[in-house]
Amino acid sequence: MSPTPVYLDAATAAPLHPVARQALLAALDDGWADPGRLYSQARRARQLLDAAREATAATLGVRADELSFTPSGTTAAHGAVLGGLAGRRRVGATLVHSAIEHSAVLHAAERHVAGGGAAVGVPVDRLGRLDLSAWSEAVRAPGVALAALIAASHEVGTVQPVARAAADCADAGVPLYVDAAQVVGRAPVPAGWSVLTASAHKWGGPPGVGLLVVRKGTRWESPWPADERESGRTPGVVDLPAVVAAAASLRAAAADAAAEAARLAPLVDRIRARVAAEVPDVEVVGDPVDRLPHLVTFSCLYVDGEVLLHALDRRGFAVSSGSSCTSSTLRPSHVLEAMGVLSHGNVRVSLHRETTEAEVERFLAELPGIVAELRAEAGVVGL
Amino acid sequence: MTEPTEVLDCRGQRCPLPVIALARRLPELPVGAVLRVLADDPAAAVDIPAWCRMRGQHFVAAVPDTPAYDVRRTH
Repeated sequence: MSPTPVYLDAATAAPLHPVARQALLAALDDGWADPGRLYSQARRARQLLDAAREATAATLGVRADELSFTPSGTTAAHGAVLGGLAGRRRVGATLVHSAIEHSAVLHAAERHVAGGGAAVGVPVDRLGRLDLSAWSEAVRAPGVALAALIAASHEVGTVQPVARAAADCADAGVPLYVDAAQVVGRAPVPAGWSVLTASAHKWGGPPGVGLLVVRKGTRWESPWPADERESGRTPGVVDLPAVVAAAASLRAAAADAAAEAARLAPLVDRIRARVAAEVPDVEVVGDPVDRLPHLVTFSCLYVDGEVLLHALDRRGFAVSSGSSCTSSTLRPSHVLEAMGVLSHGNVRVSLHRETTEAEVERFLAELPGIVAELRAEAGVVGL
Repeated sequence: MTEPTEVLDCRGQRCPLPVIALARRLPELPVGAVLRVLADDPAAAVDIPAWCRMRGQHFVAAVPDTPAYDVRRTH
Protein backbone atom coordinates (compact mmCIF):
# COMPACT_ATOMS: atom_id res chain seq x y z
CA MET A 1 0.00 0.00 0.00
CA SER A 2 1.41 3.39 -0.91
CA PRO A 3 1.73 5.89 1.95
CA THR A 4 -0.68 8.83 2.33
CA PRO A 5 0.74 11.73 0.30
CA VAL A 6 2.11 14.68 2.29
CA TYR A 7 2.60 17.71 0.06
CA LEU A 8 5.34 20.00 1.39
CA ASP A 9 6.25 22.09 -1.66
CA ALA A 10 3.96 25.13 -1.36
CA ALA A 11 6.81 27.46 -2.37
CA THR A 12 6.66 25.86 -5.83
CA ALA A 13 2.86 25.69 -6.03
CA ALA A 14 0.37 25.79 -3.16
CA PRO A 15 -2.65 23.48 -3.48
CA LEU A 16 -5.63 25.25 -5.03
CA HIS A 17 -7.55 27.21 -2.37
CA PRO A 18 -11.22 26.10 -2.17
CA VAL A 19 -12.27 29.71 -2.84
CA ALA A 20 -10.17 29.65 -6.03
CA ARG A 21 -11.88 26.47 -7.18
CA GLN A 22 -15.36 27.95 -6.65
CA ALA A 23 -14.49 31.20 -8.37
CA LEU A 24 -12.79 29.41 -11.25
CA LEU A 25 -15.80 27.18 -11.93
CA ALA A 26 -18.22 30.13 -11.76
CA ALA A 27 -16.06 32.27 -14.03
CA LEU A 28 -15.69 29.49 -16.61
CA ASP A 29 -19.44 29.81 -17.20
CA ASP A 30 -19.61 33.55 -16.86
CA GLY A 31 -16.26 34.99 -17.94
CA TRP A 32 -15.26 33.37 -21.20
CA ALA A 33 -15.83 36.37 -23.49
CA ASP A 34 -13.14 38.90 -24.45
CA PRO A 35 -13.50 41.81 -22.00
CA GLY A 36 -12.43 44.25 -24.72
CA ARG A 37 -15.52 43.82 -26.94
CA LEU A 38 -18.80 45.73 -27.04
CA TYR A 39 -21.61 43.29 -26.39
CA SER A 40 -23.28 42.03 -23.26
CA GLN A 41 -21.13 38.89 -22.80
CA ALA A 42 -18.00 41.04 -23.09
CA ARG A 43 -19.39 43.59 -20.64
CA ARG A 44 -19.97 40.79 -18.13
CA ALA A 45 -16.37 39.64 -18.63
CA ARG A 46 -15.19 43.25 -18.21
CA GLN A 47 -17.09 43.53 -14.92
CA LEU A 48 -15.44 40.37 -13.64
CA LEU A 49 -11.98 41.57 -14.67
CA ASP A 50 -12.51 45.02 -13.13
CA ALA A 51 -13.77 43.48 -9.89
CA ALA A 52 -10.76 41.10 -9.78
CA ARG A 53 -8.40 44.03 -10.31
CA GLU A 54 -10.08 46.19 -7.65
CA ALA A 55 -10.00 43.38 -5.11
CA THR A 56 -6.37 42.48 -5.78
CA ALA A 57 -5.24 46.10 -5.75
CA ALA A 58 -7.08 46.66 -2.44
CA THR A 59 -5.33 43.63 -0.89
CA LEU A 60 -1.95 44.93 -2.05
CA GLY A 61 -2.75 48.51 -1.05
CA VAL A 62 -2.18 49.90 -4.56
CA ARG A 63 -4.32 51.66 -7.18
CA ALA A 64 -6.21 49.42 -9.59
CA ASP A 65 -4.64 51.08 -12.61
CA GLU A 66 -1.17 50.29 -11.27
CA LEU A 67 -1.88 46.54 -11.43
CA SER A 68 -1.69 44.28 -14.50
CA PHE A 69 -2.43 40.56 -14.65
CA THR A 70 0.23 38.63 -16.59
CA PRO A 71 0.25 35.06 -17.96
CA SER A 72 2.61 33.90 -15.16
CA GLY A 73 4.80 35.09 -12.32
CA THR A 74 7.78 34.53 -14.60
CA THR A 75 6.42 36.86 -17.30
CA ALA A 76 5.69 39.43 -14.61
CA ALA A 77 9.31 39.23 -13.39
CA HIS A 78 10.66 39.46 -16.93
CA GLY A 79 8.45 42.49 -17.61
CA ALA A 80 9.42 44.14 -14.32
CA VAL A 81 13.15 43.87 -15.05
CA LEU A 82 13.19 44.57 -18.78
CA GLY A 83 10.51 47.28 -18.59
CA GLY A 84 12.20 48.98 -15.63
CA LEU A 85 15.49 49.03 -17.54
CA ALA A 86 13.86 50.20 -20.79
CA GLY A 87 12.09 53.06 -19.03
CA ARG A 88 15.37 54.43 -17.69
CA ARG A 89 17.70 53.71 -20.58
CA ARG A 90 18.57 57.42 -20.85
CA VAL A 91 19.92 57.33 -17.29
CA GLY A 92 22.01 54.21 -17.74
CA ALA A 93 22.09 50.51 -18.55
CA THR A 94 23.02 48.91 -15.22
CA LEU A 95 20.79 46.56 -13.27
CA VAL A 96 21.73 46.03 -9.61
CA HIS A 97 20.31 42.84 -8.11
CA SER A 98 20.89 40.61 -5.10
CA ALA A 99 22.78 37.39 -5.73
CA ILE A 100 19.74 35.41 -4.58
CA GLU A 101 17.05 36.65 -6.96
CA HIS A 102 14.69 34.15 -8.56
CA SER A 103 16.04 32.63 -11.78
CA ALA A 104 13.32 34.50 -13.74
CA VAL A 105 14.93 37.78 -12.66
CA LEU A 106 18.44 36.51 -13.37
CA HIS A 107 17.42 35.25 -16.81
CA ALA A 108 15.98 38.66 -17.64
CA ALA A 109 19.26 40.16 -16.42
CA GLU A 110 21.19 37.81 -18.74
CA ARG A 111 19.05 38.99 -21.65
CA HIS A 112 19.81 42.59 -20.71
CA VAL A 113 23.55 41.88 -20.55
CA ALA A 114 23.45 40.00 -23.88
CA GLY A 115 21.92 43.14 -25.39
CA GLY A 116 24.84 45.27 -24.21
CA GLY A 117 23.62 46.20 -20.72
CA ALA A 118 25.32 45.54 -17.41
CA ALA A 119 24.26 43.67 -14.28
CA VAL A 120 25.83 43.90 -10.83
CA GLY A 121 25.09 41.16 -8.29
CA VAL A 122 25.17 42.11 -4.61
CA PRO A 123 26.31 39.37 -2.21
CA VAL A 124 24.51 37.91 0.79
CA ASP A 125 25.94 36.52 4.03
CA ARG A 126 25.92 32.91 5.27
CA LEU A 127 22.28 33.31 6.42
CA GLY A 128 21.20 34.67 3.05
CA ARG A 129 20.85 38.32 4.17
CA LEU A 130 21.64 41.08 1.69
CA ASP A 131 24.97 42.88 2.23
CA LEU A 132 23.45 46.32 2.75
CA SER A 133 26.69 48.29 2.51
CA ALA A 134 27.54 46.65 -0.83
CA TRP A 135 23.97 47.29 -1.98
CA SER A 136 24.13 50.94 -0.94
CA GLU A 137 27.38 51.39 -2.85
CA ALA A 138 26.11 49.54 -5.93
CA VAL A 139 22.88 51.52 -6.32
CA ARG A 140 24.77 54.83 -5.92
CA ALA A 141 27.15 54.07 -8.78
CA PRO A 142 26.60 56.10 -11.96
CA GLY A 143 24.37 54.64 -14.67
CA VAL A 144 22.12 52.44 -12.51
CA ALA A 145 18.71 52.17 -14.19
CA LEU A 146 17.00 49.70 -11.85
CA ALA A 147 17.59 47.70 -8.67
CA ALA A 148 15.96 44.32 -7.98
CA LEU A 149 15.54 42.69 -4.58
CA ILE A 150 13.54 39.61 -3.67
CA ALA A 151 11.31 40.29 -0.63
CA ALA A 152 12.21 36.95 0.94
CA SER A 153 14.26 34.09 -0.44
CA HIS A 154 12.15 31.45 -2.16
CA GLU A 155 14.86 28.89 -1.47
CA VAL A 156 15.91 29.48 2.13
CA GLY A 157 13.18 31.76 3.51
CA THR A 158 15.42 34.62 4.68
CA VAL A 159 13.48 37.90 4.70
CA GLN A 160 15.42 40.71 3.05
CA PRO A 161 15.85 44.24 4.47
CA VAL A 162 13.59 45.75 1.81
CA ALA A 163 12.82 48.98 3.70
CA ARG A 164 16.52 49.81 4.15
CA ALA A 165 17.39 48.77 0.61
CA ALA A 166 14.51 50.93 -0.63
CA ALA A 167 15.81 53.92 1.35
CA ASP A 168 19.20 53.53 -0.37
CA CYS A 169 17.46 53.40 -3.75
CA ALA A 170 15.41 56.50 -2.91
CA ASP A 171 18.58 58.38 -1.94
CA ALA A 172 20.20 57.35 -5.21
CA GLY A 173 17.07 58.09 -7.26
CA VAL A 174 16.94 54.49 -8.51
CA PRO A 175 13.59 52.68 -8.75
CA LEU A 176 13.36 49.42 -6.80
CA TYR A 177 11.70 46.27 -8.15
CA VAL A 178 10.61 43.80 -5.45
CA ASP A 179 9.82 40.17 -6.31
CA ALA A 180 7.22 39.41 -3.64
CA ALA A 181 6.20 35.95 -4.86
CA GLN A 182 6.72 34.26 -1.48
CA VAL A 183 5.25 37.13 0.53
CA VAL A 184 1.99 38.18 -1.18
CA GLY A 185 -0.89 36.35 0.51
CA ARG A 186 1.29 35.37 3.48
CA ALA A 187 2.72 38.54 5.02
CA PRO A 188 2.41 42.31 4.58
CA VAL A 189 4.24 43.57 1.50
CA PRO A 190 7.10 45.89 2.50
CA ALA A 191 6.92 49.54 1.41
CA GLY A 192 9.28 51.62 -0.71
CA TRP A 193 9.19 49.78 -4.03
CA SER A 194 8.35 51.13 -7.49
CA VAL A 195 7.65 47.83 -9.26
CA LEU A 196 6.36 44.63 -7.66
CA THR A 197 5.52 41.15 -8.93
CA ALA A 198 3.81 38.06 -7.53
CA SER A 199 2.46 34.73 -8.69
CA ALA A 200 -1.01 33.32 -7.95
CA HIS A 201 -0.10 29.66 -7.54
CA LYS A 202 2.17 30.55 -4.62
CA TRP A 203 -0.87 31.67 -2.53
CA GLY A 204 -3.35 28.99 -3.62
CA GLY A 205 -4.59 30.56 -6.83
CA PRO A 206 -4.39 28.72 -10.14
CA PRO A 207 -1.15 28.58 -12.15
CA GLY A 208 -0.91 30.95 -15.09
CA VAL A 209 -1.61 34.25 -13.32
CA GLY A 210 1.08 36.73 -12.35
CA LEU A 211 0.80 40.23 -10.90
CA LEU A 212 2.83 43.16 -12.18
CA VAL A 213 2.42 46.41 -10.26
CA VAL A 214 4.02 49.62 -11.50
CA ARG A 215 3.56 52.58 -9.14
CA LYS A 216 2.42 55.89 -10.59
CA GLY A 217 5.35 58.05 -11.63
CA THR A 218 7.71 55.13 -12.23
CA ARG A 219 9.57 55.24 -15.53
CA TRP A 220 8.65 51.85 -16.92
CA GLU A 221 8.29 50.99 -20.58
CA SER A 222 6.84 47.75 -21.89
CA PRO A 223 9.58 45.51 -23.33
CA TRP A 224 6.99 43.61 -25.39
CA PRO A 225 5.41 44.40 -28.78
CA ALA A 226 2.57 46.90 -28.40
CA ASP A 227 -0.77 45.66 -27.06
CA GLU A 228 -3.51 47.75 -25.52
CA ARG A 229 -4.62 45.24 -22.89
CA GLU A 230 -3.64 45.41 -19.20
CA SER A 231 -2.60 49.08 -19.50
CA GLY A 232 -0.17 48.09 -22.24
CA ARG A 233 2.08 46.29 -19.76
CA THR A 234 1.64 42.70 -20.95
CA PRO A 235 0.33 41.45 -24.28
CA GLY A 236 -2.51 39.02 -24.90
CA VAL A 237 -5.98 38.46 -23.53
CA VAL A 238 -5.92 37.39 -19.87
CA ASP A 239 -7.13 33.98 -18.71
CA LEU A 240 -10.12 35.60 -17.04
CA PRO A 241 -11.47 32.60 -15.07
CA ALA A 242 -7.97 32.06 -13.64
CA VAL A 243 -7.62 35.78 -12.86
CA VAL A 244 -10.98 35.78 -11.05
CA ALA A 245 -9.91 32.71 -9.08
CA ALA A 246 -6.54 34.29 -8.27
CA ALA A 247 -8.21 37.46 -6.97
CA ALA A 248 -10.74 35.59 -4.84
CA SER A 249 -8.12 33.30 -3.33
CA LEU A 250 -5.73 36.18 -2.64
CA ARG A 251 -8.40 37.97 -0.66
CA ALA A 252 -9.09 34.78 1.32
CA ALA A 253 -5.39 34.01 1.85
CA ALA A 254 -4.59 37.58 2.92
CA ALA A 255 -7.50 37.55 5.39
CA ASP A 256 -6.09 34.38 7.00
CA ALA A 257 -2.42 35.29 6.58
CA ALA A 258 -1.68 36.39 10.14
CA ALA A 259 -3.40 33.36 11.66
CA GLU A 260 -1.72 31.01 9.20
CA ALA A 261 1.70 32.53 9.86
CA ALA A 262 1.11 32.11 13.60
CA ARG A 263 0.23 28.45 13.02
CA LEU A 264 2.98 27.58 10.52
CA ALA A 265 5.95 29.51 11.98
CA PRO A 266 6.14 27.27 15.10
CA LEU A 267 5.94 24.18 12.84
CA VAL A 268 8.93 25.51 10.88
CA ASP A 269 10.74 26.19 14.18
CA ARG A 270 10.03 22.60 15.15
CA ILE A 271 11.43 21.30 11.84
CA ARG A 272 14.55 23.48 12.22
CA ALA A 273 15.19 22.26 15.75
CA ARG A 274 14.34 18.59 15.29
CA VAL A 275 16.18 18.13 11.99
CA ALA A 276 19.31 19.71 13.49
CA ALA A 277 19.03 17.53 16.60
CA GLU A 278 17.96 14.23 15.09
CA VAL A 279 19.71 14.03 11.72
CA PRO A 280 23.50 13.84 12.13
CA ASP A 281 25.69 16.06 9.94
CA VAL A 282 22.94 18.30 8.70
CA GLU A 283 23.13 22.01 7.98
CA VAL A 284 19.84 23.89 8.50
CA VAL A 285 20.22 27.04 6.42
CA GLY A 286 18.65 30.50 6.25
CA ASP A 287 17.98 33.09 8.94
CA PRO A 288 16.43 31.32 11.97
CA VAL A 289 14.47 34.42 13.04
CA ASP A 290 13.98 36.84 10.18
CA ARG A 291 12.38 34.34 7.84
CA LEU A 292 9.21 33.37 6.01
CA PRO A 293 6.67 31.61 8.22
CA HIS A 294 6.23 28.58 5.98
CA LEU A 295 9.60 27.58 4.53
CA VAL A 296 12.71 25.77 5.77
CA THR A 297 15.76 24.39 3.98
CA PHE A 298 18.49 21.99 5.11
CA SER A 299 21.33 20.00 3.57
CA CYS A 300 22.42 16.48 4.55
CA LEU A 301 26.15 15.79 4.28
CA TYR A 302 27.20 12.96 1.91
CA VAL A 303 23.65 12.44 0.61
CA ASP A 304 22.73 12.79 -3.06
CA GLY A 305 19.85 15.29 -3.32
CA GLU A 306 18.07 13.47 -6.13
CA VAL A 307 18.27 10.13 -4.34
CA LEU A 308 16.92 11.77 -1.18
CA LEU A 309 13.99 13.33 -3.05
CA HIS A 310 13.07 9.97 -4.57
CA ALA A 311 13.37 8.23 -1.19
CA LEU A 312 11.09 10.83 0.39
CA ASP A 313 8.65 10.54 -2.52
CA ARG A 314 8.43 6.77 -1.99
CA ARG A 315 7.35 7.50 1.60
CA GLY A 316 4.75 9.99 0.33
CA PHE A 317 6.62 13.27 0.95
CA ALA A 318 6.73 15.89 -1.81
CA VAL A 319 9.58 18.37 -1.28
CA SER A 320 11.99 20.22 -3.56
CA SER A 321 15.76 20.60 -3.61
CA GLY A 322 18.46 23.09 -4.62
CA SER A 323 21.05 20.35 -5.18
CA SER A 324 22.75 20.31 -8.56
CA CYS A 325 21.68 16.75 -9.36
CA THR A 326 18.03 17.81 -9.14
CA SER A 327 18.39 20.69 -11.62
CA SER A 328 18.25 20.39 -15.37
CA THR A 329 21.46 22.41 -15.66
CA LEU A 330 23.31 20.19 -13.13
CA ARG A 331 24.42 23.32 -11.30
CA PRO A 332 23.77 23.80 -7.59
CA SER A 333 21.26 26.43 -6.57
CA HIS A 334 22.77 29.89 -7.05
CA VAL A 335 21.18 30.84 -3.72
CA LEU A 336 22.99 28.13 -1.73
CA GLU A 337 26.14 28.98 -3.70
CA ALA A 338 25.87 32.68 -2.84
CA MET A 339 25.41 31.81 0.85
CA GLY A 340 28.34 29.39 0.81
CA VAL A 341 26.35 26.59 2.41
CA LEU A 342 26.36 22.88 1.63
CA SER A 343 24.45 22.31 -1.60
CA HIS A 344 24.25 18.53 -1.87
CA GLY A 345 21.60 16.54 0.00
CA ASN A 346 19.46 19.66 0.00
CA VAL A 347 15.78 19.67 0.88
CA ARG A 348 13.33 22.57 0.92
CA VAL A 349 10.14 22.03 2.91
CA SER A 350 7.35 24.57 2.46
CA LEU A 351 4.03 24.42 4.30
CA HIS A 352 0.57 25.64 3.34
CA ARG A 353 -2.95 26.04 4.74
CA GLU A 354 -3.71 22.32 4.47
CA THR A 355 -0.50 21.22 6.21
CA THR A 356 -1.25 19.62 9.57
CA GLU A 357 0.90 19.17 12.65
CA ALA A 358 0.48 15.41 12.23
CA GLU A 359 1.99 15.59 8.72
CA VAL A 360 4.98 17.54 10.01
CA GLU A 361 5.40 15.03 12.83
CA ARG A 362 5.32 12.14 10.37
CA PHE A 363 7.96 13.82 8.24
CA LEU A 364 10.15 14.41 11.30
CA ALA A 365 9.67 10.86 12.48
CA GLU A 366 10.63 9.31 9.13
CA LEU A 367 13.39 11.64 7.90
CA PRO A 368 16.24 10.51 10.21
CA GLY A 369 15.73 6.86 9.22
CA ILE A 370 15.56 7.71 5.51
CA VAL A 371 18.81 9.70 5.65
CA ALA A 372 20.51 7.00 7.75
CA GLU A 373 19.47 4.33 5.25
CA LEU A 374 20.82 6.32 2.28
CA ARG A 375 24.10 6.94 4.10
CA ALA A 376 24.40 3.25 4.95
CA GLU A 377 23.78 2.32 1.28
CA ALA A 378 26.42 4.82 0.15
CA GLY A 379 28.90 3.53 2.74
CA VAL A 380 29.49 6.98 4.25
CA VAL A 381 28.49 6.30 7.87
CA GLY A 382 31.13 7.57 10.30
CA LEU A 383 32.97 9.73 7.76
CA MET B 1 50.60 28.45 -3.72
CA THR B 2 51.41 25.55 -1.34
CA GLU B 3 52.47 22.31 -3.00
CA PRO B 4 49.92 19.66 -2.08
CA THR B 5 50.97 16.53 -0.20
CA GLU B 6 48.69 14.46 -2.39
CA VAL B 7 46.27 14.88 -5.30
CA LEU B 8 42.87 13.23 -5.36
CA ASP B 9 41.36 12.99 -8.84
CA CYS B 10 37.56 13.26 -8.64
CA ARG B 11 37.03 14.67 -12.12
CA GLY B 12 33.90 13.33 -13.74
CA GLN B 13 32.33 12.59 -10.35
CA ARG B 14 29.10 14.29 -9.30
CA CYS B 15 28.59 15.77 -5.85
CA PRO B 16 28.55 14.48 -3.14
CA LEU B 17 31.18 11.96 -4.40
CA PRO B 18 34.19 14.35 -4.38
CA VAL B 19 33.31 15.43 -0.82
CA ILE B 20 32.99 11.79 0.25
CA ALA B 21 36.39 11.00 -1.29
CA LEU B 22 37.90 13.97 0.55
CA ALA B 23 36.31 12.89 3.82
CA ARG B 24 37.75 9.37 3.40
CA ARG B 25 41.27 10.39 2.45
CA LEU B 26 42.09 13.47 4.55
CA PRO B 27 42.07 11.70 7.96
CA GLU B 28 44.59 9.17 6.57
CA LEU B 29 47.12 11.94 5.92
CA PRO B 30 49.25 13.48 8.71
CA VAL B 31 48.04 16.66 10.43
CA GLY B 32 49.31 19.64 8.41
CA ALA B 33 49.19 17.78 5.09
CA VAL B 34 47.45 19.43 2.12
CA LEU B 35 45.16 17.36 -0.06
CA ARG B 36 44.34 18.74 -3.50
CA VAL B 37 40.93 17.60 -4.79
CA LEU B 38 40.41 17.79 -8.55
CA ALA B 39 36.66 18.08 -9.08
CA ASP B 40 34.86 19.52 -12.09
CA ASP B 41 31.32 19.26 -10.71
CA PRO B 42 30.37 22.91 -10.11
CA ALA B 43 28.85 21.98 -6.75
CA ALA B 44 32.34 21.09 -5.45
CA ALA B 45 33.22 24.80 -5.35
CA VAL B 46 30.50 25.26 -2.72
CA ASP B 47 30.54 21.90 -1.00
CA ILE B 48 34.27 21.43 -0.34
CA PRO B 49 34.58 24.72 1.62
CA ALA B 50 31.27 23.91 3.38
CA TRP B 51 32.59 20.47 4.38
CA CYS B 52 35.78 22.06 5.78
CA ARG B 53 33.66 24.45 7.85
CA MET B 54 31.45 21.63 9.16
CA ARG B 55 34.44 19.42 9.99
CA GLY B 56 36.77 22.13 11.30
CA GLN B 57 39.36 21.47 8.57
CA HIS B 58 41.15 24.28 6.76
CA PHE B 59 40.06 25.18 3.24
CA VAL B 60 43.29 26.60 1.81
CA ALA B 61 42.04 27.84 -1.56
CA ALA B 62 40.58 27.01 -4.91
CA VAL B 63 43.50 26.60 -7.31
CA PRO B 64 43.21 29.35 -9.93
CA ASP B 65 42.19 28.36 -13.46
CA THR B 66 41.64 24.70 -12.60
CA PRO B 67 38.82 22.78 -11.04
CA ALA B 68 40.97 22.00 -7.97
CA TYR B 69 40.65 22.72 -4.24
CA ASP B 70 43.32 22.50 -1.52
CA VAL B 71 42.39 21.34 1.98
CA ARG B 72 44.76 21.18 4.95
CA ARG B 73 44.25 18.65 7.72
CA THR B 74 44.21 20.66 10.96
CA HIS B 75 43.26 17.95 13.48
